[in-house]
Amino acid sequence: MFLIYCPHCEEQREEDEFHASGQAHLARPADPDACSDKEWGEFLYFRKNPRGLHRELWQHTAGCRKYFNIARDTVTYEIHGSYKVGETYEPTFQSHTSEQPGSEQRDFKHHGSEQPSDDTAS
Amino acid sequence: MNNLRTGQFTQRNRLPAGGRINRDEEITFRYNNQYYRGFKGDTLASALIANGVSVVGRSFKYSRPRGIMCAGVEEPNAIMQVGSTEATQTPNVRATEQPLFQGLVSSAVNGWPSVNVDAMSVVGKLGGDVMGPGFYYKTFMYPASMWETYEKFIRKAAGLGRCSTRIDPDRYDHMNHHVDVLVVGAGPAGLMAALAAAGTGARVMLADEQTEVGGSLLFSTQELNGKPGLDWVATACDALDNNANVIRLAHATVTGYHDHNFLTISERRTHHLGDSAPAGQTRERLHKVRAGVVILATGAHERPLVFANNDLPGCMVCSAVSHYIRRYAVVPGGSLVVMTANDSGYQCAFDWFDVGREVTAIVDTRAVAGSDVVEGAKSRGITVIPASAVVEVKGSKRVKRAVVYAISEKGNFVKGDARELDCDTVATSGGWSPAVHLSCHTGSRPVWRDDIIGFVPGATHENRFEVGSVAGEHDLSDALKHAAKIGCQAANKALDAQHANSVAIPQCDAVNSAAPMAIFHIPHPKAPSRAPKQFVDMQNDVTASGIQMSTREGFESIEHVKRYTAMGFGTDQGKTGNVNGMAIVANTLNQTIAETGTTVFRPNYRPVTFGAVAGAHVKELFDPKRFSAMHRWHLDNGAKFETVGQWMRPWYFPRDGENMHDAVNRECLATRNDVGILDASTLGKIDIQGKDTREFLGRVYTNAWAKLAPGRCRYGLMCGEDGMVMDDGVTSCLADNHFLMTTTTGGAANVLNWLEIYHQTEWPEMDVYFNSVTDHWATLSIAGPKSASLLKELCTDIDLSEDSFKFMDWRSGNVAGVPARVYRISFTGEHSFEINVAAHYGLHVWKALFEHGVKYNLTPYGTESMHVLRAEKGFLIVGQDTDGSVTPEDLNHGWAVSYNKPYSFIGKRGMRREDCLRPNRKQLVALATKEPDVVLPEGAQAVRNPRQSIPMTMVGHITSSYYSANLGRSIAMGLIRDGINRMGESVYFPLADGRTIEATIVGTDWFAE
Ligand SMILES: [Zn+2]
Repeated sequence: MFLIYCPHCEEQREEDEFHASGQAHLARPADPDACSDKEWGEFLYFRKNPRGLHRELWQHTAGCRKYFNIARDTVTYEIHGSYKVGETYEPTFQSHTSEQPGSEQRDFKHHGSEQPSDDTAS
Repeated sequence: MNNLRTGQFTQRNRLPAGGRINRDEEITFRYNNQYYRGFKGDTLASALIANGVSVVGRSFKYSRPRGIMCAGVEEPNAIMQVGSTEATQTPNVRATEQPLFQGLVSSAVNGWPSVNVDAMSVVGKLGGDVMGPGFYYKTFMYPASMWETYEKFIRKAAGLGRCSTRIDPDRYDHMNHHVDVLVVGAGPAGLMAALAAAGTGARVMLADEQTEVGGSLLFSTQELNGKPGLDWVATACDALDNNANVIRLAHATVTGYHDHNFLTISERRTHHLGDSAPAGQTRERLHKVRAGVVILATGAHERPLVFANNDLPGCMVCSAVSHYIRRYAVVPGGSLVVMTANDSGYQCAFDWFDVGREVTAIVDTRAVAGSDVVEGAKSRGITVIPASAVVEVKGSKRVKRAVVYAISEKGNFVKGDARELDCDTVATSGGWSPAVHLSCHTGSRPVWRDDIIGFVPGATHENRFEVGSVAGEHDLSDALKHAAKIGCQAANKALDAQHANSVAIPQCDAVNSAAPMAIFHIPHPKAPSRAPKQFVDMQNDVTASGIQMSTREGFESIEHVKRYTAMGFGTDQGKTGNVNGMAIVANTLNQTIAETGTTVFRPNYRPVTFGAVAGAHVKELFDPKRFSAMHRWHLDNGAKFETVGQWMRPWYFPRDGENMHDAVNRECLATRNDVGILDASTLGKIDIQGKDTREFLGRVYTNAWAKLAPGRCRYGLMCGEDGMVMDDGVTSCLADNHFLMTTTTGGAANVLNWLEIYHQTEWPEMDVYFNSVTDHWATLSIAGPKSASLLKELCTDIDLSEDSFKFMDWRSGNVAGVPARVYRISFTGEHSFEINVAAHYGLHVWKALFEHGVKYNLTPYGTESMHVLRAEKGFLIVGQDTDGSVTPEDLNHGWAVSYNKPYSFIGKRGMRREDCLRPNRKQLVALATKEPDVVLPEGAQAVRNPRQSIPMTMVGHITSSYYSANLGRSIAMGLIRDGINRMGESVYFPLADGRTIEATIVGTDWFAE
């Protein structure tokens, strides 16, 4: 049961009040019609599963109803930061597990031709 | 009751004086259909021992008699079913944890049919051969018929109790806490840490699972400040109880340590009073604690040593013997042999001797013991046999003799000749295993320490400390000093302060002890596979040879050994057996215990009842129910209800003697011929405002919204990014920047979140605001040819004429004297008005309609008729006729998609994927059975050729199916492959009952033909 800081309410609240909405920083393509089926499929279905720091989108469903991002370690479940949509957050801590390359905002347009990342294998 | 025998036992093992029991309060209790007596302050276990009951169960696989081995939560054998009535049955109760109360009724759970009659001997022997390690996995390879044979016996013989199917008469609740410091365990270290933390002014909680605080001081002889340890405990408790910032819980086990220092505590509030809680009290409470810092003072469990027949009743751990003698004034037997690998094991022999019973010998696996205990034995004249071990005990239902051999220095083989000692009790101590369980719950791994011969909690990212035995501090004096320091430090960390410790640390004498020996599995003249069984995990009947066998079979990881042998499974969670098992694995693999590692402990530390988990969230509080403003009327008029999401919706309104079919037929006919009324209040309603609302609607709906004028409404389809239909509903333009969206009843919350997430994360620049107004409005839908005439009687300020108030218009006005929004929208195909009034006017308007409606045959109808009426017109229901794999084109709803909108609306790209554009997709059509009276079952699978061989090629399924009284025949809708292009063709529905039903594919509007 997490204790989550809502950057809008500016309070630590119980996880019960929140709802996880998956990976953060998944920007909708500016021109969906220009995407290939493969690119669109990547945007729709492919998600990271990193061991270590992960950016997640959460909603304060039973509070202010606002969405915001958290940086959470998927190994220790520590939450290192909460920040509003549109803001950035750079970790300044010594993580137990390092942030994986590519866990920053993902540009799916360049992703289509890449091999799947090794996020899930580690 | 007449089959009950009065206990033929007296409390023959009860000492004439001493103990922390109340001899003035005698208690009569029942165990296995016999009456016994004990005293207030006893546990069920101590009372059974007092009465000389040796056998308290039979083992899981081998049906061997088992006795009480421990005195606390770690007891693996004495698992009881408790309960005097059917409704208050509680399984999985450890006799060692159950306080005795007047009228307690208990029985052993793993004895069948009786613990004293070995009716399972034949089966047990069969089981002994076939139920080796990996039994479950291997058995699945046998023919299924054999599994059934075993299963019958296993279930009956080994069931660890049963739950009642009656309603639990008790109440349970939950309580939330936020504390600076939570101390787990009120032994000497925990008390000291709590005192020090509380001394800083911090908010402290101290939880202990026993009925009495004191931990090891409840049975040890060590003095504090020159007085009995429990005197200091009493003073410490007074200090804590008089501090308003301290909450102290007894009978409260911290069962789970969850992320971010969130701990759950299961408090048994009345289990010492009776089966059922006294009136006005909750039986159990689950405390949910968010702690700034956690201090684990969970102590340690004494490890028994593993030797042949070590499960025979009479085999116990040393500290348990002291516990029973000193705390409960009962002696578990007449003559004692102690086997120990450390100094602490001597104490039980001294306690035994001091109450006047015979100590045959202390067998020490070491050559040298500490000077204090050597002196203690010498002064009492107790024989000490050094560098030796009890390799086996003999007896049938109780220990009769112990077989002693000299052993090698490392304890891996026996030497010399056997020596047999007469005794009825063998107490062993292999050392102390810190109770690291809670420390593992958030992912930390215990670390092996050779110096203390045990695992201690590993590093953690949580704000957590450990004090006392759990930290490997077995010396009381050191433990107290450290606990005081940590208590203060923890509070300072939580408070972000720099307080110095202000609490006095009690003085205690140093102990002159010798190093313990790392020995776990006592050697035997025969190999483990040929020697009598040497048990490691009593509850799961796991033996040393079984563990060796599984490692030989290639299960080398400790986690694999656990799953293969079931060691540490179930309610026991390896409290006594785990470290011994790991040592055996390590030894077999020729590696250290540190290399072997430990299995991971998970919540819960001990069983938690379902009642405590549920708390007050039962019956009407389990899940909220939502009622419309007209609910009272529906009740008064005999409505049958169905649950839609959380809403209670009228399903149909039967009149005298009508069944559902009759009622629905009548309701549907009345609506088409006269006028019907539906309570549609449950439809989701979202108020949307802002200057970009139109544009926003255009992005989230598939159709166009730019030109919708105030006063007009439009049906919209909402898709996901995958192009699949997600929701639908009518949205009306209230003003240029103000719209009201309706959603499906079940989809309202999801749609609101959907709008929010796109607004907040993708298009934050848009000026648009959403608010759920579902509960603000009552929605009354009147439909049928007489609806306008009826409404005219109650609404004079809206021109209801067809020319002025067109289909898909809305008007504001007054209905029955209250402000209303009236919509000309229809889900029946009939001339309809949807009247929306403020919710608190709903019942008034509904009643007013009925006052005027009798002459029009105004008929209330429920959701069932609503379904039939809409299906007659081919209107779909999202979630019934769609399943998340259906595009608007699949629904023949291409007319509701504006592909030319400038912005690439949600779903557009998805529905242009190659797979969505291919021909031969399943499409929504209606199906007319050849036999008009046959109603297809919903979910029936369609095939084109019913004579093909099995498995047949399925081409779709029925999504909606009803009998239509208006049409005089059955009607159905379904998703059929290429259905829209195959109008007039037949498909066939082979049913499970052997019938095959033929139906023709037709258009969805049954009135269009
Ligand atoms: Zn908030």
